[in-house]
Amino acid sequence: MNDTFDLRIGESHIEVHKFRTGAIVVTSLLALVIQAWLPLGFTRAALLDLPLLVTTYFGLSRRNPSTGLLLGTAVGLVQDSLSGPTVPLGLYGIAKTVIGYLASSIGARLDTEHPAARFALTAGFFVIHQALIALTRRILLAQPEPWLNWHLFLAAFTNAIVAVFLFVLLDRLRRPS
Amino acid sequence: MAGIPPRHKSLVLLAGVIVLQVLLLAVQIKRDSQGRLIRSWSVGAVSPFERAGSYGFGWFRDIWRNYFALRGTRKDNEDLRRENDALKLQVAQLQGKAAEADRLAVLLNFRQSHPDVPMVAARVIAGPPGTDTLTIELDRGEKDGIRRDMGVITPDGVVGKIIEAYPNTSQVLLLTDKTSGVGAKIAGSEIQSPVGGVGEPLLTMKYVPNDDEVNPGARVVTSGMDRIFPRDLPVGMIAEIKSGNPFKQIRIKPAAKIERLEEVLVLLTLHPLEMNKGNDSAAQPSAPAASNAQPAVKP
Repeated sequence: MNDTFDLRIGESHIEVHKFRTGAIVVTSLLALVIQAWLPLGFTRAALLDLPLLVTTYFGLSRRNPSTGLLLGTAVGLVQDSLSGPTVPLGLYGIAKTVIGYLASSIGARLDTEHPAARFALTAGFFVIHQALIALTRRILLAQPEPWLNWHLFLAAFTNAIVAVFLFVLLDRLRRPS
Repeated sequence: MAGIPPRHKSLVLLAGVIVLQVLLLAVQIKRDSQGRLIRSWSVGAVSPFERAGSYGFGWFRDIWRNYFALRGTRKDNEDLRRENDALKLQVAQLQGKAAEADRLAVLLNFRQSHPDVPMVAARVIAGPPGTDTLTIELDRGEKDGIRRDMGVITPDGVVGKIIEAYPNTSQVLLLTDKTSGVGAKIAGSEIQSPVGGVGEPLLTMKYVPNDDEVNPGARVVTSGMDRIFPRDLPVGMIAEIKSGNPFKQIRIKPAAKIERLEEVLVLLTLHPLEMNKGNDSAAQPSAPAASNAQPAVKP
């Protein structure tokens, strides 16, 4: 099996990456664990959503909507279960399912290797992710969740910055072409 | 997912996974007023079908009950109507028997309270044969010891006297007949006078002088002077008093329900009698004034 292959859409050539065995699972679990205990030492780390960044990265890299959304589902549900009784199972699951699907779909159409593209996409996905959570909380949980505020934009910017560097690290997990 | 185009498979998968997670959320979410959200959704989704099913079932049931299931109703109705008529008849008979039992109980009590007076109970089997005379016929006659001129009473008061006795039946001349009469007095006074009928429901007291003081509502009882009825049997109550020449015109309402007689008592003696005043007194000797009494009963 080739480590990479071309996905032809129209006239463009998009490269689909493969990763080392267990890399996706281990990385996802690691992101969940770090997300769980990092805010304990660094309060401002609560702005980060590492599981979202991991989901976004593998979605953009794998460029397969089915596997992307399933990875988002798995990561989101685990994050829900680790978030305590105030977060019902499915809240992050739904949001990350959609993000996994969108990332995979967009990754199949655009070149997402450039840091600027990664920054913009991650920021956009973060906003969409939070919007989905707010929507779910408002409709299903009947909780007054704010749509837009400065905290959201600050968090989106922070995650986008972190994503640019994190994605470079995660690129090392790819099988060499 | 075999029939789904490949380009839409991921979209369908996305929709399926999201729906599953929304359901997962709904199972967990519990709202204060409606319980768990999944229950609220389930009820909301199922209730229209339940309503439709209930309406359809009710419609079918009504059709069945109001049309098809009524095939035997006409016959049932006729049977029930016949049964109802029979029951009504039975109830009327039982009511009649109960009333008869009550009347007979009164007669029996009266007889038991006057053990010294020979009497026999008789049933009225026929009313007046014509308008000229007021008579009734009893189901007892000579075989039962009944003779002519014996007195006939009820526990309420005087009824009349026997005018004919046949072997098994007898005929009674009612007190309201024009030719009938009974020796009487006004209770609590010394005023005595025969009381007779005038062919009307009320009786008349004939020989009370205008000077005597008589009040409406006073009780009139037998005086025992006629040698037929013992003393102090109720005759009636004064209903109307008018001055006359030379006697008052006194109308008396009979004590006995003469127009609605069904059972009576016949006094089985032609000798003067003395009735007990209640159960505590013993039998009294015959009326002391019987020998010189005026003939109160007209022939």
